[in-house]
Amino acid sequence: MWVALSYACWGISIVLALWMLYDWFKVDTTYSEEVLTSSREGELEAVSEKHRI
Amino acid sequence: MTIALEPAVHGDRVSLLRVLGPAHVWALGVGIVLVGEFTGWNFSADKGGALAALIVCWIVGLLYTSVAMIDSEVTSTVAAAGGQYAQAKHIVGPLMAFNVALFLVFAYTMLEVSDAILLGDTIVAKAGVDGLTHNSFIAATIVVLAWLNYRGVLMTLNVNFIITAIAYISIVILFFSVSPWTQGAVLKLNELVTPGNALPYGWIGVIAAFQFGIWYYLGIEGTTQAAEEVRSPARSLPYGTMAGMITLLIAAAMTWYVCASLMPWEYLGITYYPLWDAGKLTGSPLLENLLFIATLLAAIASANGCINDAARAWFSLGRDRYLPSWFSAVHPRYRTPYRSILFLLPIALAFAFIADLNQAITFSILSGVLQYTFMSINIMMFRKKWPLGSIRRGYTHPFHPLPAIVLFCLCVVTFFAIFLGFGSQLIAMVAFYFLISLWFHFYRYKFVRRGDQFTMPWPKPQGY
Repeated sequence: MWVALSYACWGISIVLALWMLYDWFKVDTTYSEEVLTSSREGELEAVSEKHRI
Repeated sequence: MTIALEPAVHGDRVSLLRVLGPAHVWALGVGIVLVGEFTGWNFSADKGGALAALIVCWIVGLLYTSVAMIDSEVTSTVAAAGGQYAQAKHIVGPLMAFNVALFLVFAYTMLEVSDAILLGDTIVAKAGVDGLTHNSFIAATIVVLAWLNYRGVLMTLNVNFIITAIAYISIVILFFSVSPWTQGAVLKLNELVTPGNALPYGWIGVIAAFQFGIWYYLGIEGTTQAAEEVRSPARSLPYGTMAGMITLLIAAAMTWYVCASLMPWEYLGITYYPLWDAGKLTGSPLLENLLFIATLLAAIASANGCINDAARAWFSLGRDRYLPSWFSAVHPRYRTPYRSILFLLPIALAFAFIADLNQAITFSILSGVLQYTFMSINIMMFRKKWPLGSIRRGYTHPFHPLPAIVLFCLCVVTFFAIFLGFGSQLIAMVAFYFLISLWFHFYRYKFVRRGDQFTMPWPKPQGY
């Protein structure tokens, strides 16, 4: 069981690492660098937040 | 409460998401630290005996209470991702800020590495299967938690809250299961800690024990990294940090009492699993398995919080161009510093595969203590430049300057203790920070937009 768990850990790690790399590529090719790096220290996000609660 | 995870680009800006409350701050701070009760603190018994481990529990508790008080005041006023980095930038200056950010990244990344190694070793020890190595478990811990952090801070810290609470409750269950009000039935403190063996190396042993006594509380200052993601920093950060510190003081006392009452100091000082061993020694399979699972959960919670904090410190350096601004990207959908998370992931994996636990722990402790030393100087400068009443503070800590003086003195003692045990690593690390400071001063600082980095709407400091 422990050996199977060990293989499962390798499998999960590889799948999630590949997913993150894919998502990273997708985001970087979809949005401009100016938008992605537009965060500024000290801005109160709550003022402009538009998520639904 | 549900939050729609849609691409959230407001006009031309995308920022970190303000969704956290005091419970998340508690989960971040206590989550990072609690693993220290499951392993780490007990090595102080090896340095100075069981009583030395208790003495440093309280004295180092004083050090961290000072850290929590000072941090709460400054962070509730300078509420920005990067925590102590942002504080140093506004109060001391860019070079100090750059160093502090590196202290943070090193302290949290090395702690994450230690957590992953601990988790892997614990599973291998439990399995007892020939040929089974810890590498797959280390990889899964670091990658899965990086993925969780990548996907959003709210889920990350919700998970941390739950697993930290379970690990904490397991300590409470162990404590009450061994009838702590009676000696002799299960606990044998009076037999194991006697006047003859309480301090086997005398008071120098107590000083040496400071090195690992730090592990009782190492990382509680990590709460400040959430400053830009909490809904009400002025309220949530002091509340979460102070509640976390109280929680940890109780956990540390219970842990010492149970472990010192069940194991001789010679064994307690070398085992990697003091609480799991305590569970075994009670003779109850239920407690043994509970403490095994709690050890794993504490390691996971700590690594999870460390990834969160290291990434935010690295992200802040990029945002101010102290490092390439490429690192300051925020994921437009998950609102996390995704490039910083991904950049630090292979570094943590590499250290976890090649470093041993003692080395990783020592580098983490060293960076942490350097940071606390800075904090004691920082608060003195903060109060001098912006006295009470000159700017609005979310929280004002009492008895100033006593906590700063206590903190500074205890940091000096801890440096001496580290020098006794790991002198060459201490010198190598200080040399590294010196060289990297030269690189920053003579090369990197010319890329920084000097006016943009100071964002707090404060009046001019006194004397300027």
